[in-house]
Amino acid sequence: MTTINLPTIMRQHTGGAKKITASGRTVGEVFSAVGHDYPKLGEQLTSPEGGLPVFVNVFLDDEDIRYLDGLDTPVDERSDITILPAVAGG
Amino acid sequence: MTTRLAAGMREQMIKHAYACHPEESCGLLAGPSDGDVQLVFPTTNILRSSTNYTIDPREHLSAIREADAAEMEIIGVFHSHPHTVGYPSVTDVSLAPDPTWVYLVVGMENYESPSVRGFRIRDGEITEEVLEFEESIT
Ligand SMILES: [Zn+2]
Repeated sequence: MTTINLPTIMRQHTGGAKKITASGRTVGEVFSAVGHDYPKLGEQLTSPEGGLPVFVNVFLDDEDIRYLDGLDTPVDERSDITILPAVAGG
Repeated sequence: MTTRLAAGMREQMIKHAYACHPEESCGLLAGPSDGDVQLVFPTTNILRSSTNYTIDPREHLSAIREADAAEMEIIGVFHSHPHTVGYPSVTDVSLAPDPTWVYLVVGMENYESPSVRGFRIRDGEITEEVLEFEESIT
């Protein structure tokens, strides 16, 4: 199982849990499994076009998956995914 | 509501705002959830802009890990307005990532004496937060 660390804003969808686990061979598969267990959270991890939403950053261990293979980035049992909201303003 | 911070944090945020001027400065705040600010993380504005900011996601990750190790959470964000008042802009409201966070703005309309004000931004509504800067917080 891959561990997924959630930001405070997303914990409302997991009953307050800060970390959850899910299985999959890629980040995208892990997110699909997350969507199965926590549908509301799954919606926040997918853009209408199917890719990663613009205002969400996803790190696999220490790497931003946008600079890896995005949702196709392979994961394993020891992988640690961290989801962060983009923090921006004017 | 009231948020307490250490007195040195005000200086730290103002110093970062001067260092980044004329670009907007930004950073993250950590503390116990629903508690006082105990850690300030100045970060890079990857937009390098005088009118917008985006926190470097990699630095956000480091801040989260440091906060986590101290059993704290990210509880807010600060940024500067290099030429205007320290009040959330329309963009600040529309992009506010978390309704539980406190949003601090360093207003530099008076370059010589910047202000630091705090706000809550929930459902598009801005409410001013009372900031208490204290010599020591527990
Ligand atoms: Zn602003």
